[in-house]
Amino acid sequence: MAPDVRHWLQPRPEGLYLPTIDVWIDPARPVQRAIVTHGHSDHARGGHGAVWATPPTLAIMAERYGAQAGALPLAHGEAIELGGVRISLHPAGHVLGSAQVRLEKEGAVVVVSGDYKRAPDPTCLPFEPVPCDIFITEATFALPVFRHPPAQAEVARALAALKANPDRCLLIGAYALGKAQRVVALLRAAGHVAPIYLHGAMQRLMALYQAHGIDLGDLRPAAGVPAGELKGHVVMAPPSALADRWSRRLPDPITAMASGWMRVRARARQRGVELPLVISDHADWDELTATVRELNPKELWVTHGRDDALVHWCALHQIRARALHLVGREDEDD
Amino acid sequence: MTEPRAAGLSGFADLLDGLSFAGGRNAKLKLMADWLRTTPDPDRGWGLAALTGGLDLPGVKPALIRALIEERVDPVLFRLSYDYVGDLAETVSLLWDAEGTGPAPGLAEVVERLRVLGRAEAPVVLAGLLDRMDAPARYALLKLATGNLRVGAGARLARLAFAQAFGLSVEAVEEHWHGLEPPYAELFAWGEGDAGPPDLSARPLFRPFMLAHPLEEPEALDVAAFAAEWKWDGIRAMAVRVGAEVRLYSRDGNEISRTFPEIAAAMGQEAVLDGELLVRGAGGVGSFNALQQRLGRKTVSAKMLADYPVFLRCYDLLFDGAEDVREAPLAERRARLRDVVARLDPERFDLSPDLEATTLEQLAELRAAPPDPAIEGLMLKRRDSPYVPGRRAGLWYKWKRQPLNADCVLMYAQRGHGKRSSFYSDFTFGAWAPDGQLLPVGKAYFGFTDAELKWLDQWVRAHTVNRFGPVREVEKALVLEVAFDAIGPSSRHKSGLAMRFPRISRIRTDKPAAEADTLETLRALGG
Repeated sequence: MAPDVRHWLQPRPEGLYLPTIDVWIDPARPVQRAIVTHGHSDHARGGHGAVWATPPTLAIMAERYGAQAGALPLAHGEAIELGGVRISLHPAGHVLGSAQVRLEKEGAVVVVSGDYKRAPDPTCLPFEPVPCDIFITEATFALPVFRHPPAQAEVARALAALKANPDRCLLIGAYALGKAQRVVALLRAAGHVAPIYLHGAMQRLMALYQAHGIDLGDLRPAAGVPAGELKGHVVMAPPSALADRWSRRLPDPITAMASGWMRVRARARQRGVELPLVISDHADWDELTATVRELNPKELWVTHGRDDALVHWCALHQIRARALHLVGREDEDD
Repeated sequence: MTEPRAAGLSGFADLLDGLSFAGGRNAKLKLMADWLRTTPDPDRGWGLAALTGGLDLPGVKPALIRALIEERVDPVLFRLSYDYVGDLAETVSLLWDAEGTGPAPGLAEVVERLRVLGRAEAPVVLAGLLDRMDAPARYALLKLATGNLRVGAGARLARLAFAQAFGLSVEAVEEHWHGLEPPYAELFAWGEGDAGPPDLSARPLFRPFMLAHPLEEPEALDVAAFAAEWKWDGIRAMAVRVGAEVRLYSRDGNEISRTFPEIAAAMGQEAVLDGELLVRGAGGVGSFNALQQRLGRKTVSAKMLADYPVFLRCYDLLFDGAEDVREAPLAERRARLRDVVARLDPERFDLSPDLEATTLEQLAELRAAPPDPAIEGLMLKRRDSPYVPGRRAGLWYKWKRQPLNADCVLMYAQRGHGKRSSFYSDFTFGAWAPDGQLLPVGKAYFGFTDAELKWLDQWVRAHTVNRFGPVREVEKALVLEVAFDAIGPSSRHKSGLAMRFPRISRIRTDKPAAEADTLETLRALGG
């Protein structure tokens, strides 16, 4: 049996809440005291009275929302104690600075995964399995059709397409925080040393990653570069810009999108994507189920995503599981 | 996009993916034409058969594919996956747990094996093939086997691609198409210039139908140059007799002789007739609902034949005996048609009558008050028009009756398939019964723009009150203006009414649900 933690940890539609110390985890609105797992806007909102997060996550929040007055840096592995609850952050492998939250009170341990993945990522620390009684997981890609292939192979396909079409540019749509930097790092690792051109919305977070010591090579703004000079080059843009007027001036772009949803053809078609790249910063079905088996928690809580399939899988494997139905989590671009 | 071509079935999988993701018609044509030019025989013939819907692999049914996957994947996880992906072949290709070790089988090898597959051996053989493949090849195989490629390229586009690949005229290809069998060795020999066009003179072939454009500007019509007749609301069909061979074809060239055996049996003249299949009802033509009872059946009971007797109302004549009269003007073809029909059993064949009208006003009057509910408007055909396949500008027009309209209330929404698989895009709507209940009257899944679909999808998600699998029940709060061609009694809905060809013409956020139409009003529209 899992320990009863209801008196100190409550799932509410707007986030996880710790009532004895009045702290929220990834709350959907500004609160007095918050812990933020990572910098994506559906988890990190600005304007909390006090906010604990890793230094890179705080830097990302400052970049997006301006300086946060209540910022309280908490490095991976460091612990604090608040009203009898011991709190520490551990790498989640999702994006730069992403963390799981470990909570311990009266001998019961709960781990909140935030978003995570197990596949290697050159731009962030790998997921750290943390033993716990209750594991609170995401389930963005919790259907057995979602099996993300090795990201290097997807990037190799993209480079092959670019090579086969020297008169076109390769326009890759990718989430501006995390995915875009990972794709650039993978391109560099595959030997692509040419400049990579950026949509304006990409530039500041790229610079932030570089300031954190992640080598992304020669990055240049796409603005003002004549179309002819972009032929044969990679251009990165947020997914919303793929079908936007912005992309019309590019030289006959091969429209690619890097996302776990690209595994399903209908998703790629809806996006008008010519070259779907299955690259995700979330755990796929195999990673989710392997993580649950590895941690073997007494109970699994599922925050958001395809919770029905994961809860059903747990029932088949005699693992207690429940869906929390948290609102406001949007992963359609990832 | 140019990418190195993979061999065998994965090359065909690449083609399907390319077609799926290619934006426009021209890009799809180029992909198909390139594939047809560069793929060896007989692989390309089987691929062309699949693209044109001409591949029949009777041993592989969707039920078999489901049974195989449910042996390997938990049924609930399968259902949730299928609901999300929206396509059986794709779902199974992704769920199948094998990584395709060993040499992948080629397209021809797979097709030739599956064509002669017995029911008893089918599960083992299909599973064995799937085990040897990677996910894209599995997708291609399952798409082939289930016969619905859903890649946004229909049979006509594939035939056009074939014509373009080999520099042939598409009319010539269409003309010969229906006499040939996959893998189309004669067709490719003709395309490659190794042989002339296949000789088909002695075969009872389908000839592509001549079609009409909607009449957009009635005022611009040169009325004197056009013959008018009714547009009947039945099934367009072609009756063909060559020697002793008789065939009945539907509009898309499928053979339907066995579905309507009384027509085939009565086709006593050597000729090719273009007409409309209709059911004989009390005192005239029966409703489209009555005709629907006869559709899609492979065998027809004596009771069906007696309850819903069918006849062909003839519009046009393509061959008179062995003589091809398609180049002759319409007026001459109609005169010869009259003679041919006169020699046929009047119980099964009659002539669609000529209408007398010399002015646009007279035509408009005819259109506004047709004498039979089975008429959906007027056909206007140039008196000197030859019979040419497809829609040719300026020759034939259809001038349909004004559609009917009703304001209905959205009741249920269901997820679509294929391109719309994440959207709630199938809408069931209702009208008010006298006791204040809302009862369903129809279901529509088009008529709206992409932007409206997004809006509707959001609205459905935000106003769901109940979920039944892929179906959501919504608050009875959104009024949809529905356009439809006819409405009549039906047992399909609890309301006792069903619409013909309903589509959503407007979203009426301005109108409160209580002010939507009543069943009584709708019934009155049925006349």
